[in-house]
Amino acid sequence: MKYSPTATLARIISRWTQMGKKYGIEWWILVAGALIIMGVILMAILANLIAPYNPHDQNTGPQLAPPSQDHFMGTDNLQRDVFSRIMFGARTILGVAILAAIISSIVGIAIGLISGYAGGGFDKILSLVMDSIYSFPGLILAIAFAAMLEPGIISITFAVAVIYIPTYFRLVRGQTLTIKEELYVEAARAVGAPGITILAKYIFPNVIATTAVVFTMNVGDAIMIEAALTYLGLGLPPSVVDWGMDLAMGKKFLPSGQWWLITFPGAMISLLAVGFTMLGEGLAEILNPRLLEH
Amino acid sequence: MNSNILEIENLHVHFPIHIGTVHAVDNVCLDLHQGEVMGLVGESGCGKSTLGFSILKLLRPPGIIAGGKIRYHGSDIVKMDEKKLLDIRGKRIAMIFQDPLTSLNPLFCIGDQFVETIKTHENRISKKEALERAADMLRRLGIAPDRLSEYPHQMSGGMRQRIMIGIALVLNPDLLIADEPTTSLDVIVEAQFLDLLNELRQQFNLTILLISHNIGIVAQMADRVTVMYGGRLAETGDVDAVFAEPRHPYTRGLLYSIPNIKLDQPELHTMPGAPPDLVDPPAGCVFHPRCPHVMEKCRKDIPQPSKDNGHLTACWLYG
Amino acid sequence: MNNLLRYIIGRTLLTIPMIFILLSIIFVVVRVMPGDPVSSMLGGHAPEKVIEQKKEELGLNKPMILQYGNYLLQICRLDLGNSMIFKQRVIDAIREKLPATIELTFFGMLITLLVGVPLGAFAADKRRSAQDYSIRLFGIVIYCIPVYWLGLMLQMIFGIWLDLFPIAGRTGARVFVAGFDWSGLYVLDTIVAKDFTAFKDVIIHLVLPSVTLGLVLSGIFIRLTRANMLDVLKSDYILAAEARGIRHRRVVYKHALLNAFVPILTMMGLQVAILMAGAVLTETTFSWPGMGRLLLERIYLRDYPTIQGVIVVFALIVALVSLVVDIIYALVDPRVRY
Repeated sequence: MKYSPTATLARIISRWTQMGKKYGIEWWILVAGALIIMGVILMAILANLIAPYNPHDQNTGPQLAPPSQDHFMGTDNLQRDVFSRIMFGARTILGVAILAAIISSIVGIAIGLISGYAGGGFDKILSLVMDSIYSFPGLILAIAFAAMLEPGIISITFAVAVIYIPTYFRLVRGQTLTIKEELYVEAARAVGAPGITILAKYIFPNVIATTAVVFTMNVGDAIMIEAALTYLGLGLPPSVVDWGMDLAMGKKFLPSGQWWLITFPGAMISLLAVGFTMLGEGLAEILNPRLLEH
Repeated sequence: MNSNILEIENLHVHFPIHIGTVHAVDNVCLDLHQGEVMGLVGESGCGKSTLGFSILKLLRPPGIIAGGKIRYHGSDIVKMDEKKLLDIRGKRIAMIFQDPLTSLNPLFCIGDQFVETIKTHENRISKKEALERAADMLRRLGIAPDRLSEYPHQMSGGMRQRIMIGIALVLNPDLLIADEPTTSLDVIVEAQFLDLLNELRQQFNLTILLISHNIGIVAQMADRVTVMYGGRLAETGDVDAVFAEPRHPYTRGLLYSIPNIKLDQPELHTMPGAPPDLVDPPAGCVFHPRCPHVMEKCRKDIPQPSKDNGHLTACWLYG
Repeated sequence: MNNLLRYIIGRTLLTIPMIFILLSIIFVVVRVMPGDPVSSMLGGHAPEKVIEQKKEELGLNKPMILQYGNYLLQICRLDLGNSMIFKQRVIDAIREKLPATIELTFFGMLITLLVGVPLGAFAADKRRSAQDYSIRLFGIVIYCIPVYWLGLMLQMIFGIWLDLFPIAGRTGARVFVAGFDWSGLYVLDTIVAKDFTAFKDVIIHLVLPSVTLGLVLSGIFIRLTRANMLDVLKSDYILAAEARGIRHRRVVYKHALLNAFVPILTMMGLQVAILMAGAVLTETTFSWPGMGRLLLERIYLRDYPTIQGVIVVFALIVALVSLVVDIIYALVDPRVRY
């Protein structure tokens, strides 16, 4: 079947405008966020094809050259093209952040469900542990982990993932506790449904909606933590292309006026973070409508 | 002799919301005579509270006064500038609300709340003098003056209600608007409150607009009563006349639906149907879909209140 | 008063298990993680015997349980061990650097409150207007900007291009620190020592770092204040205050804001954690000689006792501040006590 691209585009836009009318500005915020994220993801995926130079190539042009037609974002002190490094850097930051978020969520949700449902001393102790970690500055804990492990993708992903487990745990446990008391759960138990079934059929689906929002915000946070860790020189070896590391490197040249080395990586980190925040905010408003507030 | 303290003329209050405009108050006229207690009754959503709020222009957004005049001593409040309005609020016209706990700022002690009110309107007065006035007022209300240093949550519901009246009357206003003042009080405290209100009314020569869905207290306290329905005026007149011989079918339905312990009622009377949609009200008389005496005219033309010795009824049966 | 005391005691008791858990986690992270600290410290090629000897010296040979117990006991005595690299007690190193971090976070928080709270209140008052939306947008964006990037940008613009502020350190070259150094909080010290040249110098060095830190965090407070204000503005007592003829501005910024601020105070307890994280990054960017920079320095040098000590101190600070804020909340809001 042939689909005319203009017709499909028209259909998408009209559907979006409908949603926009229904949900107001939150929808547009969500859309804006999603577009930003998709843009960056696209850039990361197509980096191979779009990037004008190899990001590791130390011979692409003059050293520390300001932005020009050949080098949109200039070159760094090792004569590498900044623009290409930005494109490939997107892979690193997105890869680590999303992977870490997935791991966090799976672990956090799983133990949250179990702890909330099981209750008793086990639950109390686990909650206390999770609360303690939650109240502690995440970045510092991540620094501790990253510092103790050998730099590498796995280490940094682990460091980032660990600090968000309590977030999911608390969220899911809280909801589990409430849902556990609902009559329909009691009814299921009375009929003899085993714990796993109850968890899977009743509690988990209810938890999913809020978790989706938290997941989005989580990825946004993870991006910031990843960049912060690499900016501090932890977590990843210099051979990996990464925005945070480029910032750390570029910082040395600030006094001599080479602004493009820090402006572009930092702007990209901010942009990506804003994208995820907007997506998360929009999702939160739409899934939990607070029409009265606005 | 025009001894009207407040004259509401063709007041329209609208709430523009996403599905349309709510006509909360639709072309209502009301006069308040000096020194009287006017009851304003009707079911929830009939617009009585909205009317009360609009007198001092306290409407919450998105509510706006879309038309009409509210004349106080000659000046139109609707068109009044900010400064004059602030002057009137609290000093000439005061208002008390339904829930006394939430109507008092929890972070300030009672004394401070009195003093602030007094100083807002009489800024040359010293704090000491203001506190003395507050203590005076408390004594009149039967509360020990040393409670001025206490906080709202330390007092009982009835006491808080009295404090609220105290703050409202401390500057000797002409008119008191009371929006559902007894709804959150239990029956005994309610009775005490009404006695107090009566006393204060005489002491301060107050005019009171008593807004309530409780017909009982209105029957007890009011000299005249106005019944509202669907944002419009249904009936108004002396309280004895209206309650003894209700004319508007809605008023009749309202009164007959009050359970009477002395009668042997097998069933409670109700009015069929439901309150009108204020975004898209029925054409003609807003009550006609539920009216047992509905005529063709009712479906098309909006009834105008007919005069008859001060007893007005907006119904084609009397028009 | 009795109620207040009971609340304080209860709340304090709750802190103890939390601190205990954090200390244990820190222990696990620093000791049990893969990688042998001693061999890397000795250069990686040292003979077995030397490694063993060093381990014996540092007490790293004993069974883990004993090391754990020792660790806890030491902390109770406030003994955080000795640096593996320098001839220095960890606690002394920390004591040297802690005031710098405290000063930075204090002024950072000040900026956050000065910027975030009024903007949030204003946005709530002008709800749904262009000002409201722009303030909210600003709040979101500013929080998403990495604090170190904002620091670098501010350094670039105000430090280098405009040359208005210094971009590194707490004091300039010509200021004689030992002359006024007493508590380590230079703003305080210079006032006490009546050294106003030094005072100006210290303040000017504080500007960029605290603005960086404070501005990023203000995003949260804008949203928080706005949300609380919206709730409070719907209250009956606000309506009642307006009914009494109190001017709108006073109603919003005194009656409403005070009520909205009280829950924000509790939030501040949680914000300390974020503040500390931000401080670490800000210190690195501005070469600020505080705990954050100490932590990173020692990480590069693989000085494990100091790393552990610094993190322990962070944990204690966060727990303590959280406790204090909760108590202040109980003092300010009379309802909590009864």
